Amino acid sequence: MGYPHPLHPKENPVLSKHFGDVEARTFDGWVKRGGYEALRKVLRMTPDAVVEEIKTSGLRGRGGAGFPTGLKWSLMPKADGRPHYLVCNADESEPGTFKDREIMRWTPHQLIEGCAIAAYAIGAERCYIYIRGEFTEPLRIMQQAIDEAIAKGAIGTNVFGSGKRIEMIIHRGAGAYICGEETAMLNSIEGKRGNPRIKPPYPAQAGVFGMPTTINNVETLAAVPHIIMRGGEWYKGLSLSNPKSTGTKLISVCGHIQKPGNYGVTMGTPLKELLYDMCGGMRPGRTLKAVIPGGSSVPIMTAAEAEDCLLDYEGVVAKGSMLGSAGMIVMDDTTDMVYQIWRLARFYAHESCAQCTQCREGTAWSVRILERILAGKGKQEHFQLLLDLSDNMTGKTICVLSDSCAAPIVSGIQKFRHEFEAYIQGAREPAMAGV
Amino acid sequence: MSSGAAGQRGVGAEVSGSHRGVPEHGSAHGGHGTETAPYERVFQGERLNRLQQLFTVYPTKQACLLPALWMVQEARGWISEPAIGEVAEVLGLTPAYVKGVVTFYTMYHTHPVGRHFIQVCTTTPCNICGADDVVKALLEQTGCGELGATSPDGRFTVMEVECLGACGFPTPILVGDDFIEDVTPEKVPGILQRYE
Repeated sequence: MGYPHPLHPKENPVLSKHFGDVEARTFDGWVKRGGYEALRKVLRMTPDAVVEEIKTSGLRGRGGAGFPTGLKWSLMPKADGRPHYLVCNADESEPGTFKDREIMRWTPHQLIEGCAIAAYAIGAERCYIYIRGEFTEPLRIMQQAIDEAIAKGAIGTNVFGSGKRIEMIIHRGAGAYICGEETAMLNSIEGKRGNPRIKPPYPAQAGVFGMPTTINNVETLAAVPHIIMRGGEWYKGLSLSNPKSTGTKLISVCGHIQKPGNYGVTMGTPLKELLYDMCGGMRPGRTLKAVIPGGSSVPIMTAAEAEDCLLDYEGVVAKGSMLGSAGMIVMDDTTDMVYQIWRLARFYAHESCAQCTQCREGTAWSVRILERILAGKGKQEHFQLLLDLSDNMTGKTICVLSDSCAAPIVSGIQKFRHEFEAYIQGAREPAMAGV
Repeated sequence: MSSGAAGQRGVGAEVSGSHRGVPEHGSAHGGHGTETAPYERVFQGERLNRLQQLFTVYPTKQACLLPALWMVQEARGWISEPAIGEVAEVLGLTPAYVKGVVTFYTMYHTHPVGRHFIQVCTTTPCNICGADDVVKALLEQTGCGELGATSPDGRFTVMEVECLGACGFPTPILVGDDFIEDVTPEKVPGILQRYE
């Protein structure tokens, strides 16, 4: 369901079917809804067969990068005598994205079952679930669910009597967007500052505590039990456009929209159907101006681009942006694009871990230049200066945080230049005091 | 409202000079480091047991640092210099290292805050839905006046926070551990009433 709204007939609520259903939070309630059957089934399969099933499904990482999940699992070394780890990325902090929170607060056992299956497939006996510190409710609900799953023998030292050990530990973050970057997350689990690591080595070779590690997003792992029960071929068949994008995706829709919420849609669904049918369209009397489709880190789309876009990895790229985490920020004609791009830049400047110069300096100076423009003190040279800075912030740092800051700035200047010009030429009242 | 290098991680600029000398129990007496009460250890009794349990779920003691700091903050409301020293000692780390980690993460307080710490999301999705008006209402009605300041009665501290991950429910705020969705300026008085 498009939680918190009733289910729309065009949705495909594979993961979100039980959002809002309090009973589904409990172990027994989840079992009653078919839960933990997939884990029991997996215990009768070989780990390789599980990986193959996920490969067949075409499932790709739902956290933003879209890396094929089965391939990621297959990169883990086999029975090399070292401890293997699974890390579940529940640090959901990407502006516009709020799907993992709903999965954890309504269907914690869906995630626990997915984690257990993934851990089995990659030969891990321990799974760290990294939940951002601000998520007080998901933290509480997940801990209760883990305790209950241990008490029922579904996880722990002897999973459903199979002799398998799969332990789950919640690691609470403490306020840092960058810890959603997978290697920063590993450092944070190790008790360090959340600085991203240089790759290689990749986590599958040397991850948390130097051991082979797989990091998967909450939504990716929550999809796994469904694939196991209904088959990789079934999941692969859920594709309306490009066969490289399979299954369903939870789209978090927010901003200037009638019915913000999380909508489960089949890959390839037209964005227009989501916005105008499922979400009820714009507020009365308003028109669409822009959409940031994949969380704040992706290029901004104009209304025309958005209305012509298909919601899958390739479809959004074809319209000049990225599906990312599918946190969709909708902006109507009341939006001051320059101000909002400044606000995004401020976010990245605040969240930079400050280890790479291009990011530390680039994000901070982008903010200052945008502030000058908003204060009515902008100059024509500022366009080139912002683009030069953005160029230096793209593809030149350890992680992609500064690329993410550059994306809205560059696309904003390309597509909404006239709004910058209005401030620079004094046609628009300054939005902030001088700097 | 400006950001820039001073607001970034790693600079540790939030720890302003005036806060450094405040003793953990001395501030109520109006002392600025003059009446230092003896430091009472955080990790003793039940909390020490909890810490020792943590040693079994991580392969290194260092990995217990974030949970240990959460335990300190839970017990004392903030993380003082002596507490940093104690955490370093129990985990076999240096105080400088622990401080480096404390100042990286925004949720650890490096100075005392009000009894109820309010975090308001003002990132883009909430910003376009009116988060700034919620901030204004909170600052006025708590008596805090400005971001980061504590109200004269010691009840509240209000801070802006970057994306709380509940963008479909603007504006979300955190009051202590209570996550409250759909806050509007009109709802602020009713919410504040619930916190003494």
